[in-house]
Amino acid sequence: MTLTPNGFDLDNTGRRIVVDPVTRIEGHMRCEVNVDEQGVIRNAVSTGTMWRGLEVILKGRDPRDAWAFTERICGVCTGTHALTSVRAVEDALGIMIPDNANSIRNIMQLNLEIHDHVVHFYHLHALDWVNPINALKADPKATSELQQSVSPSHPMSSPGYFRDVQNRLKKFVESGQLGLFKNGYWDNPAYKLPPEADLMATTHYLEALDLQKEIVKVHTIFGGKNPHPNWLVGGVPCPINMDGVGSVGAINMERLNLVSSIIDKCHEFNKNVYLPDVVAIGGFYKNWLYGGGLSSKACLAYGDIPENPNDFSPEQLHLPRGAIINGNLDEVHEVDPRDPEQVQEFVDHSWYTYGEPGKGLHPWDGITEPNYELGPNAKGTRTNILELDEAAKYSWIKAPRWRGHAMETGPLARYIVGYSKGHEEISDQVNRLLRTMDLPVDALFSTLGRTAARALESEYCGRLQRYFFDKLVTNIKNGDSTTANVEKWDPKTWPKEAKGVGMTEAPRGALGHWIKIKDGRIENYQCVVPTTWNGSPRDTKGNIGAFEASLMNTPMERPDEPVEILRTLHSFDPCLACSTHVMSPDGDELTQVKVR
Amino acid sequence: MAPNTLILGIGNVLWADEGFGVRCIERLAETWAFDDNVKLLDGGTQGLYLLPFLEDAEILVVFDAVDYGLAPGTMKVVEGDEVPAFMGAKKMSLHQTGFQDVIATAQLMEQCPPTLLLIGCQPVELEDYGGGLRDAVAAQIDPAIEIALKRLADWGITARPGKAAAADLADASIMRDAYENGRPSEEQACRTGDDRFFPTEV
Repeated sequence: MTLTPNGFDLDNTGRRIVVDPVTRIEGHMRCEVNVDEQGVIRNAVSTGTMWRGLEVILKGRDPRDAWAFTERICGVCTGTHALTSVRAVEDALGIMIPDNANSIRNIMQLNLEIHDHVVHFYHLHALDWVNPINALKADPKATSELQQSVSPSHPMSSPGYFRDVQNRLKKFVESGQLGLFKNGYWDNPAYKLPPEADLMATTHYLEALDLQKEIVKVHTIFGGKNPHPNWLVGGVPCPINMDGVGSVGAINMERLNLVSSIIDKCHEFNKNVYLPDVVAIGGFYKNWLYGGGLSSKACLAYGDIPENPNDFSPEQLHLPRGAIINGNLDEVHEVDPRDPEQVQEFVDHSWYTYGEPGKGLHPWDGITEPNYELGPNAKGTRTNILELDEAAKYSWIKAPRWRGHAMETGPLARYIVGYSKGHEEISDQVNRLLRTMDLPVDALFSTLGRTAARALESEYCGRLQRYFFDKLVTNIKNGDSTTANVEKWDPKTWPKEAKGVGMTEAPRGALGHWIKIKDGRIENYQCVVPTTWNGSPRDTKGNIGAFEASLMNTPMERPDEPVEILRTLHSFDPCLACSTHVMSPDGDELTQVKVR
Repeated sequence: MAPNTLILGIGNVLWADEGFGVRCIERLAETWAFDDNVKLLDGGTQGLYLLPFLEDAEILVVFDAVDYGLAPGTMKVVEGDEVPAFMGAKKMSLHQTGFQDVIATAQLMEQCPPTLLLIGCQPVELEDYGGGLRDAVAAQIDPAIEIALKRLADWGITARPGKAAAADLADASIMRDAYENGRPSEEQACRTGDDRFFPTEV
């Protein structure tokens, strides 16, 4: 048994279980755990594909184009990467964006936040809690009663409605095209919902699909197009012409009204469907408060959604910034991404080398030199690893640390930082939820807490979206239709050398881009993405990362069916930058689970 | 009335031949014009974001890099009911919430376009982050477009030489020429390592 500096007892003597790949996520991830004789996880090892540094693509290119490349990194964080990129360039060059641009960027970022949270909960994560096959057994009338009791103001609740959905689901399942619901462990006792709750949640899976199609329209309106909206260094690319009718691109009242109606729809959905579902489903899992991991010990948030343009001071951010370490929630530290002592990446357990052991590098000085070697206790071969040796190098993910601490990022980290800082809206939401569910504050530090924080945040983001929409309209009505500052568009106005950093809160956590510009071109570009923080391997001192910590001490109903592992890992909304996108005809995509 | 048609290119342009589908759309838009019922879309690696576009379409044509175990650069054309079966058969490599899920979801919603055509090309090289199309794959762009236009003509959709509305295509900086010509040299930016994740046996 080994005690890690961040407080986890690791014991790798029990049976080893390998889950590869972890499905329903972006990218490739593998996880190995050891379970004791009772089936409780006593050691956890997570490994993933590397973050491919964008410097290999961006070096020598025009910094004003970087957003278009970062938007292509993967399929889910497009807009957030683009926003982070333009912020990094603006920071480097001292470009001030106008007020309207700040409001529009906030509306778009919040939109992405809500879209991602809703899609994540209903389409990627719900199946870890909800059993759509069991929904076929539900009584539609009882489902209707359940719906009305958990959310009296949701209009779609008649027995006939649920019967229709059930029939549709039956048809889908019976046609053998189980598709989306295949590879589930549907008879595993880890599923706790009665059939009626399963039917209600599965119905909302469909309602959420309808809603998400509306949500993305906001990106088309402000970004000019979808699914790859336009961004602009210095502001936003959409002109405002309130008197215009139907003109392509320009923002007019008709388009703003559409945005306003979508904001209302999201708000209704969050209030009447998403939050009540989390409370209702969570109610059946109140005794399953595993998965807290680092959340009670070390949380990191960069903060986002600035009230005013160009002002990223912590008190000006609607999503809070701060770092919590050593489990001390009474002290929230300020975070400075420029400080070389704060954010550093280590590679002692990653397949890279810095030339000397124990060394950490700030992203501005980051280097990516591969060093692929398996430890002496690894099993298998270099191309077919059966078991990793976590005492040696074992992941393509680097180990980012904040002042040497392994950190959790994401909605739960933001909410714990906000709660600890006494952020009014966040504290209200959290207290109300805990009261409704009759749970203590400690219940937050769990898989369920992570899932609940995401739902609360979706609701809060909806209110912020309304706030910035109104702010935008007021500002336009007062005669300000400026959306971009092009004073420093021409590279001749730039210094010979400059460096900057852009930060956002991506749906899945703290995202930073660090840029160096030289002679008008990109000299270096580094991204540290949320899943690098959460999916981090061990570091020099032996601290385990957030995914690893979250699996510790979780009992598994059936060790060869990794429902609990998937549930907890999915609660982070992991995104390992997707690499390729090729279709092939052979075989099913089955999660391979090996018990050794 | 002429059926609404969506011509979609999918894939990640940052991964060499993975960009095939997107580059087909780019070329198509540069050389052919369509009536208003036809929409050209660069879908990138987007998943559910593409759903609204499918819902509006009666005919869906998809260009993509496909791994069908064929010789690199070989085309593979799949039509009708085979398309969802084909797409649902196997992961799209590492991309889990990919286009096969979009099709499955559209089916669940009963909004999947009734007419489907997939035009795929077996890649030569994927493991070259930041790289462009290999010659054998680039050479299939025009034949792929020809197949699409021929099939579309059967369905009453005609193209005229010209330029299509390109508002929904990639930003100019990431179009094929700018992207491939602007690539930093090997000396400037290390390119090794793409085989790091799939190392060769020692």
